[in-house]
Amino acid sequence: MTDLIEVIQNKFPDLVESSHSQCGDQTVVLKKEGLLTVMKYVQHEPSLHFNMLMDLTAVDYWAQLRKPRFDVVYHLYSTTKNHRLRIKVQVSEKECEVDSLTSFWPSANWFEREVWDMFGVKFKGHPNMKRILMYEEFKGHPLRKDYMYNKRQPLVGPVN
Amino acid sequence: MELTAPQKENIQKIEHSNLFTPGFFSSKVSEVVGWARKNSIFQFPMVTACCGMEYMSVACSHYDIDRFGAGFPRFSPRQSDVLFVVGTISHKMAPVMKRIYEQMTEPKWVVAFGVCTCTGGFYDNYATVQGIDTIIPVDVYIPGCPPRPETVIDGLIKLQEKIEHSGFESRPGK
Ligand code: SF4
Repeated sequence: MTDLIEVIQNKFPDLVESSHSQCGDQTVVLKKEGLLTVMKYVQHEPSLHFNMLMDLTAVDYWAQLRKPRFDVVYHLYSTTKNHRLRIKVQVSEKECEVDSLTSFWPSANWFEREVWDMFGVKFKGHPNMKRILMYEEFKGHPLRKDYMYNKRQPLVGPVN
Repeated sequence: MELTAPQKENIQKIEHSNLFTPGFFSSKVSEVVGWARKNSIFQFPMVTACCGMEYMSVACSHYDIDRFGAGFPRFSPRQSDVLFVVGTISHKMAPVMKRIYEQMTEPKWVVAFGVCTCTGGFYDNYATVQGIDTIIPVDVYIPGCPPRPETVIDGLIKLQEKIEHSGFESRPGK
């Protein structure tokens, strides 16, 4: 198995924040501004060839516990090389925005809308940055840790 | 075979409860209408989640709700008289369900199929309606996650009893 962490670290030493690997799952934490550069590289470099964005999601580590508050997580897979890589970008609550990957992998389109809907992280350059699961009238982002679990916003009927 | 006394009594009871006891015919139109309605249920299955699998198994030949006259699902609310709400109803779906209910012609009945529709089930969260009876009136609740086909048939029989005795009134108090 190629050591993907090493490849990326050698290529972009000043864009990589940290990295770790557990049970063969290799993870690279990138600086926010380096996201597009690295993603473009891993997609087009023939020895890596990550042609598939399997998943894109976010994690909220509660503002009191960690700053910056959010992680946006990308799971990449290469169908030709059969290897995987996880890339993370840390996003603060204040500047809740990262670059959109819709121009690289079309599958990012709906994933990014979901992350916006559930966590309120915006994606710069997304063609249609709207809610995807909740209705337009919905206020707030339900998967944020400070969204009260029993807060209800029904469209019709009583609040219960 | 000799029948025991309780058995005979039972048979008598059944015969008396039958609308068409040999030699007699009910003179009450409401009873005839009730009998006809309960045996020709045209249901509208509004299937939104996993309970749908169980609905399919009751509807198909294994359990076969056609035996109860409810074998013909209609996919237009205008042509149906029982709304089967099968599966989780989210707040986003709730206006749609209400609309479907309003589009149905009287007389109409509603069955809540599965705990999700009865109470919200274990989805105590931002997205799920905590019981469809907060939005539309419900006649029969079928609990279970998902309910076994036997439970569904039991619920259907209860609904039939209700329909039979509701006469021309489609809904008590209306
Ligand atoms: S009651 Fe259970 S099986 Fe039925 S829709 Fe809810 S979760 Fe699914």
